[in-house]
Amino acid sequence: MRHIISILIENEAGALSRVAGLFSARAYNIESLTVAPTEDPSLSRMTIVTTGTDRIIEQIVKQLNKLIDVVKLMDLTEGPHIEREMMLIKVKAATMAQREDVKRLCDIFRGHIIDVTSSTYTIELTGAVSKLDSFIEALAEHKIIETVRSGVTGIARGEKSLHL
Amino acid sequence: MELSGAEILVQCLKDEGVEYLFGYPGGAVLHIYDALYNQEDVKHILVRHEQAATHAADGYARATGKPGVVLVTSGPGATNAVTGIATAYMDSIPMVVITGQVSTAVIGSDAFQEVDAVGITRPCVKHNFLVKDINDLAETVKKAFYVASTGRPGPVVVDVPKDITDPAVKVPYHYPDKVNMRSYQPTVKGHTGQIKRAVDLMLSAKKPMIYTGGGVVLGKGSDELRQFVRHLGFPITSTLMGLGAYPASDKQFLGMLGMHGTYEANMAMHDCDVLIAIGARFDDRVTGKIAEFCPHAQIIHVDIDPSSISKTITVDIPIVGSVPDVLQEMNHLLKNSNKKPQKKAVEEWWNIIEGWRSKQCMSYDRNSDKIKPQAVVELLHEITKGEAYVTSDVGQHQMWAAQYYGFDEPNRWINSGGLGTMGFGLPAAMGVQLAYPESTVICVTGEGSIQMCIQELSTCLQYGLPVKIVALNNRYLGMVRQWQEFFYENRYSHSYMESLPDFVKLTESYGHVGIRIEKPEDLRAELERGFAMKDRLVFFDIVTDQTENVYPMIAQGKAHNDMHMSPYSAPAQDSERELS
Repeated sequence: MRHIISILIENEAGALSRVAGLFSARAYNIESLTVAPTEDPSLSRMTIVTTGTDRIIEQIVKQLNKLIDVVKLMDLTEGPHIEREMMLIKVKAATMAQREDVKRLCDIFRGHIIDVTSSTYTIELTGAVSKLDSFIEALAEHKIIETVRSGVTGIARGEKSLHL
Repeated sequence: MELSGAEILVQCLKDEGVEYLFGYPGGAVLHIYDALYNQEDVKHILVRHEQAATHAADGYARATGKPGVVLVTSGPGATNAVTGIATAYMDSIPMVVITGQVSTAVIGSDAFQEVDAVGITRPCVKHNFLVKDINDLAETVKKAFYVASTGRPGPVVVDVPKDITDPAVKVPYHYPDKVNMRSYQPTVKGHTGQIKRAVDLMLSAKKPMIYTGGGVVLGKGSDELRQFVRHLGFPITSTLMGLGAYPASDKQFLGMLGMHGTYEANMAMHDCDVLIAIGARFDDRVTGKIAEFCPHAQIIHVDIDPSSISKTITVDIPIVGSVPDVLQEMNHLLKNSNKKPQKKAVEEWWNIIEGWRSKQCMSYDRNSDKIKPQAVVELLHEITKGEAYVTSDVGQHQMWAAQYYGFDEPNRWINSGGLGTMGFGLPAAMGVQLAYPESTVICVTGEGSIQMCIQELSTCLQYGLPVKIVALNNRYLGMVRQWQEFFYENRYSHSYMESLPDFVKLTESYGHVGIRIEKPEDLRAELERGFAMKDRLVFFDIVTDQTENVYPMIAQGKAHNDMHMSPYSAPAQDSERELS
């Protein structure tokens, strides 16, 4: 099962490596990891996408909680939540036909073209992982020059939240 | 009061009440060593290798329950300490290790004796710190002691760059009384509802079993445990790490369980209907085959570390809390409950257990013309009236010491259980002897293990530590040889110790007493002679039977009821195999 684990962690040097080290030392899967400071500069918010059986996820949550730098965490996938990932993708767009088709696909997926040259378009697209995957699939006939994905971030729906 | 970083460090140790600092100087910690000069409060013990500093601090911590403290230099000082830090980590021993670091200006430039100490120790510490500002130093040290000694204890490393300890830079000193960390608040008190459920379940048990571990010793819960076990009248077994928490000489004690546990303890684990696990972590050397672990039992698990619960074995009633707190509450409930344990069923259960006990699984050949290692340990118990502190290295001798010494008190049995570190025994014994100068401290070792930290004989002379080293010398890496006999068709690949030193001469050259014992008839007299030398370190080089094995033995990945038995135990029944 895929889980999204959200963590509030002390914004200190080495905190990220403690989390990353834990995953590699205990052979847990890590699909993506994002981290950035919150509105409180002493805290960072980290989002980890991982997979595992219920027993493994339980251990991951417990082991993360055991790290001294981890202040609080929640498994977003336990309740209703919103997840988003951002992608920047550079596509070859040299001919008129190519430029039109890429523009059309970009509109369908509600992306934005954020940079244009005579031979390329760079598109920004935000959404769930599946939407970004579908967009890459839809671009199959075009030459993708570069793909940059942010990794998943997420937040609980409604009143529920992860804060101090 | 304005102090330099080096002076702050030393003052922090004084304010923390540190008696002994185990260390080794070097470039990055010279300012700190200068601050240690001309003061008497913190006594520095100069070891001969940084690994020994950590093991000595570890032995001190295991015997006293207070954190052990270490000071080493950067680079090789730190890397040499890593084995000892990992040893402490695996057995949850409170320890604070101060490592020197190159100056902040050159960190990351591959400076002389630079190593990323925080990075290299990260997987084997409870937590670690790099001090980047002298103003954070005192609070960081306070945090280190707090984290190391609370909750599930463990080693904490404080990495201190040389410029932070510069004697020319002074700042006001204040050592905080306590620290509050929003990200670290260990649970002590168990959940009342869960404790009630657990008590109800144990009172309904027909074949109960109590399984205790190192958490009882570390949590100082031995008194509460004794009260608990005696009230219930249930059988109790212990892991290697928990020995002594409950007296080995008591009738309710079935001996150690697991890979080299007793027949009765392992069989009772297999057949019990309620298992009460207290401060134990279901280690693979204890559980054997996971799928067949306690197949009939409902399991109660008391542990201070939530991540120990349901890690390998799923439990029915988890209780997160410190062992003495939870046991106190259980004892209170049991005393005031109108329900009593299932007396008749438990009596029948004891009859079954006595049947297993009558196999006398710990029997060995007492008429051999060779010295039997088991006999040596039994004699040690007799000569020291069971009151010695016993450290060990790792291998067969460790198991025999655990099986045959019979520990009646906690904190007396000091060994590397989790990491299994050869070389642990002698330096650990130094730490214990410093803590208890009047007590007898024995290091039970082998001719293989002792050579891994033998340089510490020199430290023992410098500080007058009269440790008794008992080397069971079978000219083999005995446990490796045993596995090769059982599982590799007697192919003794590299398990023979050739070119052994003359341990008597070696010991004498270090200024101590060496005694070699070769015949069973000399054993008692020679041991008594050596132990009578109260103020001397004596190294007993005891030539033991080369082919002796540790029994019983559950092969790796086998179930509790599948044991290799000693050929000298009573005849086999049912499913167990004999191996002669």
